[in-house]
Amino acid sequence: MTDQLTPSEVEPEPPEGSFFGDLTGSGRIDWRSNVLIPALAILSALIVGALIIALGDLDTLRLWRSSPGDALGVTVETVADAYGALFKGALGSVNAISETLTRAAPLILAGLAVAVGFQAGLFNIGANGQMLIGGMFALVIGFQFDLPIILHLPIAIIAAFIGGALWGAIPGYLRAKTGAHEVITTIMLNFVALRLVDYWLTIPFFQLEGRTDPVSKSVLESARYPELIAFINPRYRVHLGIVIAVLVAVGVWWLLFRSTIGFEFRAVGANPDGAKYAGMNVVLLYVAVMATAGGLAGLAGGDQVLGTLGRGTPGFVGVIGFDAIALALLGRSHPYGVVAAGLLFGGLSAGGQAMQATTDVGIDIVQVIQALIIVFIAAPALIKAIYRVRAEAESTQVSQGWAT
Amino acid sequence: MKLELKGITKRFPGVVANDHVDLEIETGEILCLLGENGAGKSTLMNILYGLYSADEGEILIDGEVQHFAGPGDAIAAGIGMVHQHFMLVPVFTVAENVVLGVEPTTTGGVLDINEAREDVRQISNQYNLAVDPDAVIEDLPVGIQQRVEIIKVLFRDAEILVFDEPTAVLTPQEVDEFFKIIDKLKDDGKGIIFITHKLKEVLEVADRIAVLRRGAVVGSADPATATESGLAEMMVGRPVDLKVDKSEADPKDVVLSVKNLTVTNLFGGTAVDDVSFEVRRNEIVGIAGVQGNGQTELVEALTGLREIAAGTVIIKGEDHTNSTPRQIHDSGVAHVPEDRQRSGLVLGFSLTENFVLDSYYQKPFSDGIKMDWKRSRSEAERLIEEFDVRTPSSEIPASNLSGGNQQKVIVAREFGRQVDLVIASQPTRGIDVGSIEFIHERIIEERDAGAAVLIVSTELDEVMALSDRILVMFDGKVVAETKPSETTNTELGLYMAGAS
Repeated sequence: MTDQLTPSEVEPEPPEGSFFGDLTGSGRIDWRSNVLIPALAILSALIVGALIIALGDLDTLRLWRSSPGDALGVTVETVADAYGALFKGALGSVNAISETLTRAAPLILAGLAVAVGFQAGLFNIGANGQMLIGGMFALVIGFQFDLPIILHLPIAIIAAFIGGALWGAIPGYLRAKTGAHEVITTIMLNFVALRLVDYWLTIPFFQLEGRTDPVSKSVLESARYPELIAFINPRYRVHLGIVIAVLVAVGVWWLLFRSTIGFEFRAVGANPDGAKYAGMNVVLLYVAVMATAGGLAGLAGGDQVLGTLGRGTPGFVGVIGFDAIALALLGRSHPYGVVAAGLLFGGLSAGGQAMQATTDVGIDIVQVIQALIIVFIAAPALIKAIYRVRAEAESTQVSQGWAT
Repeated sequence: MKLELKGITKRFPGVVANDHVDLEIETGEILCLLGENGAGKSTLMNILYGLYSADEGEILIDGEVQHFAGPGDAIAAGIGMVHQHFMLVPVFTVAENVVLGVEPTTTGGVLDINEAREDVRQISNQYNLAVDPDAVIEDLPVGIQQRVEIIKVLFRDAEILVFDEPTAVLTPQEVDEFFKIIDKLKDDGKGIIFITHKLKEVLEVADRIAVLRRGAVVGSADPATATESGLAEMMVGRPVDLKVDKSEADPKDVVLSVKNLTVTNLFGGTAVDDVSFEVRRNEIVGIAGVQGNGQTELVEALTGLREIAAGTVIIKGEDHTNSTPRQIHDSGVAHVPEDRQRSGLVLGFSLTENFVLDSYYQKPFSDGIKMDWKRSRSEAERLIEEFDVRTPSSEIPASNLSGGNQQKVIVAREFGRQVDLVIASQPTRGIDVGSIEFIHERIIEERDAGAAVLIVSTELDEVMALSDRILVMFDGKVVAETKPSETTNTELGLYMAGAS
């Protein structure tokens, strides 16, 4: 009875115009909150990023005092150069696109791992750890067995999924059985996985012969993701991973919005009490959700090991599993949103490197922009206020006409 | 002080929530604003309270036009609101909650809790609102929490108090108490706007009645001459049958048999204490009782949502003690849960998804792997039609429907298939007259079609109207068994209060 209800919770929301058809089982995309707001958030982040670039140029800042006109010109030029280089590095050439896609693949897969958790009401911070374990499983299959590619690669990919799924299932089980919050357990398991991989890489079974540093044996050619356009120029690294990532995203969409277990995932996420009332096994579902999420992250780890890197090194997944959280938020936990966000972040990463190489602006600005996007996404009210997107409070309550 | 609303109009996309509404109220009187859910009462009060701005019309206080940009302005002008869902901090004390936002402080800005306590004491003495300033909110019963809300409003010097469905959460005894309180407030020169859809209450306390339908004031009435059926007709727009028509029960074989059932609550105490009863085919058994006497736990135990500590539950001859909710569902039991928003629906899901919420895994909705949304949708459309759910489509989220229509969705889902046992908890709580009438008819139809029906309700009138047999629960035990024809509300009220 003491529930604090805001007006928007008490009063019915209006039905939104949707461009993907019905709400039921479709993962409806509401263009205003799922497309317009993220787009405006990206725009805002780029504008603030531009200001930061301008402020970071000390010479020009001095110039403002003596000759503001020139300073403005120089500032515009600096920002334009930086963003130009960023854009060129992301999309400006075949190589740029190849880099963007290469980087987008694991981001998409890890983003899906977080998004599936969100859809089911679980906050999976453990994508990094799940990627590492999944990657190690793929690695073992990749260097230990010598099979034809038609068998070897699929088995390695499945192993990546299984590894991640097992690692993800642990926090799911702990949550279901003991109530231990998955945020805590997944974060902790990230550290465990990180150090476990460090250790594994120093034992002879994994370690490349003749090396003292922790580097694994290489994945055999028959378990590597084939490069897609290396026949044009061997520099073009893009490999099968991006195709797999997009296919998996379609699969996740099907799972969430078409399959029976996906209905359970979403029900338990939207209302656990309702799910229990409806006879769903909430305990089992938490384990299934986290295993699925972990498996998807495992595929991302597999993408690194079997695709981009071809072997295991300490912390070979970098911070992809953390970028994945931002990505799932930006993609509004919708598989297709995650693909779009993954391509954007992949592009920012590839473009950022090019920008650093050709201008005075460092790649750090890319991370600033990524962080700002999330700040703006997390504060939709801010975006609505800045861009005067139709205010929510004024558009509520629509049921009168249908009430008895 | 005199408050006037003149020509208030508020449009939302596709609907006129308030259509040139004129109202006035003076201090020292009780105005009842009567209307069904969705009639525009809440919108009107939100405009008065500064939460919405009106598209047209104006608010006047003593003839002066007011511009409320937010609740702060409305409070400053002497308007207080007691919301349906209380706005209290559960872990704070009464005094802390009352002063929240306008705290008295000592020099240096430290909260002066003694001053706050004294203020609470003074207000509770002045208006006979007995409450301990040091009690923690979450320990207090709902009726007392409501008093705290009232004290909060009085502390802010409100002259006009708006109560939004204040009795919806109260027990019969608490309702009586509440009426005494608002009478006292009136005598002390406060103006009261009492929003409700309960006709009896209106006739009991109102000085004047205004009836709202589809956003417009459709009439006013004098409580001295108005009748329940006249008000109901005005409110709904057509004659309403307030009596439930049903034939004599003809109980057949036992469907539900509960023996020595004992259930513990969350804190390990005994919630249901050695309860035994039977429900037969073609029979409605009503469980009456004040909220919190074990009814919730009893229903949860019968439907598999709560563990049974001792005793047995037999459904159609099969032992279902501690079966899962799904096993019980599959054995032909319909369950209308107590709280439709917390457990009966997934508010963000479409109506179609809600219609299949507990049978989604069965054919024809699923082959075990893939959902058949096409079939689900046609089933949803069939149920919307059959159960008269007012919605533009099966594809909008359940949160968009009014309470009555949400409840119809649940009833449709649960009654839409062949069932042998219906367990309905608070089936009409907080919904409009039209929906209540409809749901009562459907419950009786289920009985006449051969189902055994168990109704749990804190609304005595509902239990009396629907039941063929009545059990009264008090303190976890069944303390009385009777029939509507052999008892009175007064007698049941005594049992409910623990007299034997």
